[in-house]
Amino acid sequence: MAEQASPEIDLRAAGLAVSLRGVTKVYDNGVSALGPLDLDVKRGEFISLLGPSGCGKSTALRLIAGLSAPTSGAVSVSHLAEEVRGHHAIGFVFQEPTLMPWANVRENIRLPLKLAHAPAAEADARIDAALAQVGLADFAGAYPRELSGGMKMRVSLARALVTDPDILLMDEPFAALDEITRFRLNNDLLTLWRDLHKTVIFVTHSVFESVYLSQRVIVMTSRPGRIDAQFHITAPAPRGEEFRTSAEYAAFCREVSKALAPSYAGQAGA
Amino acid sequence: MKSPQNVIRILLPLVVLAAGIAIWEFVVRVNDIQPYVLPGPVAVFTTLIGDWPVLSQSLAVTLVTTLEGFIAAAIGGVVLALLFNQSKWLEYSLFPYAVILQVTPVIAIAPLLLIYLQQETAVIVCAWIVAFFPVLSNTTLGLNSVDRNLEGLFQLYGATRLQTLRFLKLPAALPFILGGLRIAGGLSLIGAVVAEIAAGTAGAGSGLAFRIAESGYRLNIPRMFAALLLLSVAGIVIYALLALISHLVLRRWHESALGKES
Repeated sequence: MAEQASPEIDLRAAGLAVSLRGVTKVYDNGVSALGPLDLDVKRGEFISLLGPSGCGKSTALRLIAGLSAPTSGAVSVSHLAEEVRGHHAIGFVFQEPTLMPWANVRENIRLPLKLAHAPAAEADARIDAALAQVGLADFAGAYPRELSGGMKMRVSLARALVTDPDILLMDEPFAALDEITRFRLNNDLLTLWRDLHKTVIFVTHSVFESVYLSQRVIVMTSRPGRIDAQFHITAPAPRGEEFRTSAEYAAFCREVSKALAPSYAGQAGA
Repeated sequence: MKSPQNVIRILLPLVVLAAGIAIWEFVVRVNDIQPYVLPGPVAVFTTLIGDWPVLSQSLAVTLVTTLEGFIAAAIGGVVLALLFNQSKWLEYSLFPYAVILQVTPVIAIAPLLLIYLQQETAVIVCAWIVAFFPVLSNTTLGLNSVDRNLEGLFQLYGATRLQTLRFLKLPAALPFILGGLRIAGGLSLIGAVVAEIAAGTAGAGSGLAFRIAESGYRLNIPRMFAALLLLSVAGIVIYALLALISHLVLRRWHESALGKES
């Protein structure tokens, strides 16, 4: 994978979780999907990558996860926690819940630990903790098909959390959910982020979601994906329904929307 | 569960069966047709009971052959599919021959096999040839139908090839494998019967198909019908058993095993 030993030490010193330097991605069919992209994410920061479909934001996430290799440039990810069996630096939540339909909730969450041969007793305790964190303690024995869309997404989140990752990568995780469910999951995610001190990189195409959740919103242009603008959302935690209905929130959304508009205009003209 | 719709679905075929048997018996009696031309259902049943010692032994022989062929096909099909899945080279090299084996009529291969192999072995090989292909092709389809995101997840967590196979690909392929086995069950019976017929009186076998051939030469038509009836029932039971197993294995999670409303 694209992690290198020397930049990692720099990362720690600089308090960074992820650093991208001149990263590009060109697919085999010649489509230039990304970059060059420079991005630093601080430890414990919550950032959103915002942009139209096909702007390479999911590609960026997959590069950080090591699921694909950059065509050029360097991707560095810091591994802070000590080596524990079943600990994994990165948790990934896909757009779909991506659960194994043949396994119940508990076994789905167990997967990362099982793959790492974590001791059973320890694994059970961590699964219970993850289930409690996402509020699904009563559904451990249920199968995915028996759950609603929001609950499946919670299972997916619990599976990402069970390895106690330093970095949580989320690829439009709530895009397919209804608004009420999305708001609730947004709030729960913010609570988790505050309590667990994770670094979160959240990909979305919703201005409102990105502003509500993040400390920093990165607006991306499409084909190839580049950083167009950055916004620091200075509203303090804890954010709740008051923030969602505040004038401050509306002002941030307006500003970010304005920055995002050219991306969509360009797309329509292409 | 017991809606009128379901009752009708079970009742109607039974009514057709009863009517068919009644008409058959009626036609045979009215026209006074001799048993060596067309025996009536009563004569067939009488033969079935009277010849039970001979027929049951033959049934056992055919069933054991079918089972051996089926097990060989199940193992052969799944193992080949797994090998093909792990190595594209192997798949490219061997898959065409699996197809050739499948499309060549087994009835034409059987006499050749009987020259080179012991009869019992030849019969099992015949059953295997007809039955392994649906297992192979269904398992291959299943192994290739794995959710791409789940594969990414396994990659992210550093799963080994063996772990990916065991915890992801095999469970994902299971509904397809079971579907293939359901087809293979019936086909291995056909394979066994074809080989027994090909062996004919020359062979020392005593399976049901051999009994049919033998009774044909002796103009013992009621016994032919009785043996045919047993073969048919055996086929139905094999299919029903495999369908039941498939349902029991998949009922908790797979769409195919779920009711319309759950």
